[in-house]
Amino acid sequence: MAAATHHTAPAEHATTMGIDHRKLLMWIFLASECLFFGSLISTYMVFRGDSIVGPYPAEILDIPLTSTSTFVLLMSSLTMVLAVYGAQHGRPTMMRVMLLGTIILGLGFLGFQTYEFRTFGAEGLVPSTNQFGATFFVLTGLHGTHVGVGVLYLASLLLASFRRTGLGRDQVLHIDIAGLYWHFVDIVWIVIFTIIYLIPQ
Amino acid sequence: MATAVGALAHTEEHSGLWSWLTTVDHKKIGALYGITGFLFFLLGGAEAVAIRTQLAVPNGTVVDAARFNELFTMHALTMIFLAIMPMGAAFFNYFIPLQIGARDVAFPRLNALSYWVFLSGAVILTSSFFLGGAPDGGWFAYVPLTGKQYSPGTGLDFYVVGLMVLGLSSLLASLNFAVTIINMRAPGMTLMRMPVYMWIALVVAFLLILSLPVLTVGLIQLLFDRKFGTNFFTPGSGGDPILWQHIFWIFGHPEVYVLILPAMGIVSEVLPVMSRKPLFGYSAIVFASASIGVLGFGVWAHHMFTTGLGTVPQVVFSASTMAIGVPTGIKIFNWLGTMYGGNIRFVTATYFAVAFIATFTIGGISGVMHASPSVDAQHQDSYFVVAHLHYVLFGGAIMGIFSGIFYWFPKMTGRLLDEATGKLTFWLMFVGLNLTFFPMHFLGLAGMPRRIYTYDAGLGWETWNFVATIGAYTIAASVLVFVVNFLMTMRKPRTAPDNPWDGATLEWATSSPPPEHDFDVIPPVHDRDPLWYMRDHNIAMPAPPEHQHIHMPPPSYFPLIMGLGVAMMAIGVLSTFAITALGIVVVIYSTWGWVLEPTD
Repeated sequence: MAAATHHTAPAEHATTMGIDHRKLLMWIFLASECLFFGSLISTYMVFRGDSIVGPYPAEILDIPLTSTSTFVLLMSSLTMVLAVYGAQHGRPTMMRVMLLGTIILGLGFLGFQTYEFRTFGAEGLVPSTNQFGATFFVLTGLHGTHVGVGVLYLASLLLASFRRTGLGRDQVLHIDIAGLYWHFVDIVWIVIFTIIYLIPQ
Repeated sequence: MATAVGALAHTEEHSGLWSWLTTVDHKKIGALYGITGFLFFLLGGAEAVAIRTQLAVPNGTVVDAARFNELFTMHALTMIFLAIMPMGAAFFNYFIPLQIGARDVAFPRLNALSYWVFLSGAVILTSSFFLGGAPDGGWFAYVPLTGKQYSPGTGLDFYVVGLMVLGLSSLLASLNFAVTIINMRAPGMTLMRMPVYMWIALVVAFLLILSLPVLTVGLIQLLFDRKFGTNFFTPGSGGDPILWQHIFWIFGHPEVYVLILPAMGIVSEVLPVMSRKPLFGYSAIVFASASIGVLGFGVWAHHMFTTGLGTVPQVVFSASTMAIGVPTGIKIFNWLGTMYGGNIRFVTATYFAVAFIATFTIGGISGVMHASPSVDAQHQDSYFVVAHLHYVLFGGAIMGIFSGIFYWFPKMTGRLLDEATGKLTFWLMFVGLNLTFFPMHFLGLAGMPRRIYTYDAGLGWETWNFVATIGAYTIAASVLVFVVNFLMTMRKPRTAPDNPWDGATLEWATSSPPPEHDFDVIPPVHDRDPLWYMRDHNIAMPAPPEHQHIHMPPPSYFPLIMGLGVAMMAIGVLSTFAITALGIVVVIYSTWGWVLEPTD
């Protein structure tokens, strides 16, 4: 990865640390995001088991369904890696197909989430119902927002790659940075999935 | 003010309103931050004067209780988020590239966006006065007082939304500064050769990057409680008001260091130059600043000693709070050691810097007193706390900022502020601040609670309240003298030399004011004090190549458009969500315009 960055940084813009500004920005931004999700997850943990009216998590969580959506999201990380690989090895078709695959899988995850939210609503769980509703919807909703922003981000890159100039001389870097964001959002979901769905209350 | 802004322009061909709206030049953005921050400093000062006028005599009738609550809340929010932080950001903007030997920040358009988002947040927050009432729950907005039940008005919604927007601005600016300092240093400028001010800028950037998201989460939860009926902070439905206090202070205490560290950085620049000696114990100051940055995240619950934390948390946070006094104390001795034996040049900047050491130390010591939970329980919510925090924020941050204004004014404008008027400003401000805030120690110990809008005669509080009010008017006079000095100086010709104080850092190696590209040739860095090294070793500045073309990023209006989009997203939350949806469209449109805009 370092070699790729070095390759894409033009000589007149050499940086002190040898890493491109934009990539460094994304890394530091992700540090900030860790505290963002950390606070949301902490709030969830603080209020675990504090709901005084139902529906309670054990009654309403559909673990097989969400395991499927988790699998979908994790597979999107695989396609993202392959998109970066395609960009780095000069295979634009592979890059575009894999970007498209990542977008579709991301949209699939959001579809599952929309279905889950609607089902919960029909079963009487909304944010104002109880502590589980409040913490669950705010945490997973903001995670879903991040997935949505990521889908827009990747779709913009995919569209731009069809321009006459493509993604320009920094194509590898652009895909690489988008990948950092996408993988981060995936990793956060693994933590959320484990804490909300897998650990019994 | 338009003339003053225009006069700060350094390149005549790039003046006019449009150039300011589309600028991506870190120096112009710094000037915008500085002017805006100072105007809000005047507003926050006016709020303070109104508060002190109300409290001058018992049973004051200048304002009623509801207006008083708005005044003290908005005074704090204005001074913290709209005055001290942007004035700090003004210096960071202007001097980060100049001190590390770069031609701009890493992301010039992002820098402009930070400013426009800041301005949006500032206008939204302040407009609450005219749109149904300002926030009135104190700057830390404790629930359940600030929940929907006890604050049904819109004031707290302006608080939530305004702080989210201002937080976004600070986050963007901090990301930009961090990348710039890490990645754009001149050849030879290793980390341990950076000016201390740059180290502090880096620490402040990371404090904000890591603490703002926590505040954002708290604000989202408060917004949900107020708008969508959740119960994060409502007791009785499973919620917990103490959680808000934890979340707020995990942000709020690092924020305190965000306010004071830039002033420490300015003083660490001014004192060595004015003492004509290198900074005493450079690495000690660097490590002290870094450890303040780390420890700053581990002391928040000392704001909550009276909430019944339990013995173990009280002991832990008491110990960590005492520990963070150590690196702060180290710095005091560094500054004293820097001056010791120096041939000190007593100009106005030196006056403010020296006074900073004294007044900040008073505030620091009363701060360490609060590290003891039993003492803290006595001081909680009394005027003693008001005295403490104002010694830190006025005696510390504001004195440091004024030192920086007098020190860097010739570099920024090509003009030296008048020294006689400057010293008058200093003495009025120094006397005024001690007259205002020292009696508050006595008032607090005499039992006067903070945030009361009036008090009865015969409680023994009359004398010191009256003295404090005289002090507040004295501070107002000092600021007025400064404004006159500023306006008079801006009418004078640009006669300041490039390096009027024989400064050691790179910003003094270029012209006053600097050209748009900052440096004709990037100066080489051999030492921590590069200009002194070159002076003492008879090394001339390398000559610029004869026909060089320095490419600077072109102006862009996308930051302004995106700033407006962010403002619409925020306004929609306060009115109707359709505006938010439109704002999202504007942000997406301007993002694409931004990305596809040619910058070569």
